[in-house]
Amino acid sequence: MSENLYPNHTAQEAGATLLAERGGSPSSQARQRRRTNSVVFHTLVIAVAVVILYPGVWMVMSSFKPNGDIVGNVNLWPETWTLDNYVSALGGIGGVSFWSFVLNSLILAVGSVVGIVLSATVSAYAFARISFPGRGVYFAIMIGTMLLPFHVVIIPQYILFNSMGMVNTFLPLLAPKFLATEAFFVFLMVQFLRGLPRELDEAARIDGCGHWGIFRLVLLPLMRPAVITSSIFAFIWSWNDFLGPLLYLKQPETYPLPIALRIYVDQTSVSDYGAQMAMAVLALVPVLLFFVLFQRYLVDGVATQGLKG
Amino acid sequence: MSATTTERDGPGGRGPGGNGTARGATTASSPARGGTAKPPRSRADTRAGYAFLSPWLLGFGLLTAGPMLMSLYLAFTDYNLFRAPEFVGIDNFTALFADPRFLKSAQVTAIYVLVGVPVKLAAALAVAMLLNAKHRGQGAYRSMFYAPSLIGASVSVAIVWRAMFIDDGIADRVQQFFGLPAGGWVGDPSMTMPMMILLAVWQFGAPMVIFLAGLKQIPAELLEAAAVDGAGPIRRFVSVTIPMLSPVLFFNLLLETIGAFQVFSSAFIISGGTGGPADSTLFYTFYLYIKGFTEFRMGYASAMAWVLVLVVGIITAVLFRTSRAWVHYTGDQR
Repeated sequence: MSENLYPNHTAQEAGATLLAERGGSPSSQARQRRRTNSVVFHTLVIAVAVVILYPGVWMVMSSFKPNGDIVGNVNLWPETWTLDNYVSALGGIGGVSFWSFVLNSLILAVGSVVGIVLSATVSAYAFARISFPGRGVYFAIMIGTMLLPFHVVIIPQYILFNSMGMVNTFLPLLAPKFLATEAFFVFLMVQFLRGLPRELDEAARIDGCGHWGIFRLVLLPLMRPAVITSSIFAFIWSWNDFLGPLLYLKQPETYPLPIALRIYVDQTSVSDYGAQMAMAVLALVPVLLFFVLFQRYLVDGVATQGLKG
Repeated sequence: MSATTTERDGPGGRGPGGNGTARGATTASSPARGGTAKPPRSRADTRAGYAFLSPWLLGFGLLTAGPMLMSLYLAFTDYNLFRAPEFVGIDNFTALFADPRFLKSAQVTAIYVLVGVPVKLAAALAVAMLLNAKHRGQGAYRSMFYAPSLIGASVSVAIVWRAMFIDDGIADRVQQFFGLPAGGWVGDPSMTMPMMILLAVWQFGAPMVIFLAGLKQIPAELLEAAAVDGAGPIRRFVSVTIPMLSPVLFFNLLLETIGAFQVFSSAFIISGGTGGPADSTLFYTFYLYIKGFTEFRMGYASAMAWVLVLVVGIITAVLFRTSRAWVHYTGDQR
């Protein structure tokens, strides 16, 4: 599976194996050593995996445990199974239904995906394929914004959106996505476009295509992998975003899940860990679903891009 | 270069770019290269260029550059959103450095960056080295270890972390089992930092994936040649792997450092929005949020934002400057 993703390395690895085999005699001793290596490898990796997975598995399992049996229960398997936590989690907060929070999160996430795909693809085309004065400077600035602490703009942005009466609407959270402010996505698509042969553009140009035609008919269809990777990241980042909604959404009807979750934690007493766990699990379901279905797009996106997810 | 390599995507698809981690990091500073046949610039191209770039240009002007200038101005004013900004000169900045909570938040953040980032990168590199060995299931492990990076900043994980490290929580039970002093970490000002750093290190997957991609680009012949010359595993690691990996290492160091300065939501959730106990989780951006959005001292918060920009800018510049001494680029990577 991973060989598919790095076709140029299989040859190297095969070469390395050949070398190794030529060096050592193909005796049972070598085979023995390889088997020991394998056992050591899997022992170490499984040890890491246990540490990595424990908090997540503990969260899921705890959500099925009775309320008093969660904090401090190191065991993963519930002694008695219960769905009570989910019943109270789905009960909503202060008269607002749980599904209202889900819907808000969905609108924000889907809106982000649409905005980012639209704005990042065209901007990336300009950076990667059109030669015009100032492009180099803009590109350097765009890269620079990736290194800029986001917090320097939140206060003026808030003042701006507040003066336009947009607080308590989704617009302050969605507008930036339609304006390609997240340079990560533009950069990801520029890198992808650079990997597509220029001959395609030339051929389309000879066939009478302008820039829009080249972009829309030739390159955009080929950008599918980059668009999918970007869409998944855009969805998950929006879904998990806490600071943005914390700043702009102050009415319970507008809360997305992370804010609802926080209010829930603040309101319920310490003893209601069960419902907290259930809601935490529910809030992560789409993320985990995306991860299971599209892990290769995500992991390879990070590998090529080198940005954190 | 990349413009001439044809990349076909199998039905499963593959990530963007193909084989360019190190290159992705290095070409970041240089504009797109046009390949060999560069069409001459025309007025139509210029018009099309600006048309296609208009979303980004608009976003940059309205939501990044404009706001940055505005916050630079606000940093020299007293402003609370309800009455006009009043110019106060450098008062905000002098007040900042006399504000014990500001100094505390700077200290908390500095410790988090200075300890958390190296530990996280060391973990990422160690596991990447482990996974780079050719064994069955390597791809599955890679995905599994990446998962925490995807959810680590979420409110859900912060809630789980708090439940695990609270009094009588998992960590407390483990301590008691080993005969260590009892007590949760969440309420102990000396233990909240290790707790937050653990949460950061738990998310080592993203830099690990990048390291792994970098390790795969090191030609096997180099390591073989070193081995033939009598270099042991440690020597090979120090003299071949690290120099060959240095562009990726630099890239990870830069991004993780900048990211660590901006930690917010997990500290917010775990401390219940207070930054406590004893301001031990009052990270820089958290205090900025409190000043700007709960006390509405937006001039003061803007001054804080610009101090952060300057500090991150200086660190970035220093990293780039020193990188010339320790980052090695091989021939085809400029």
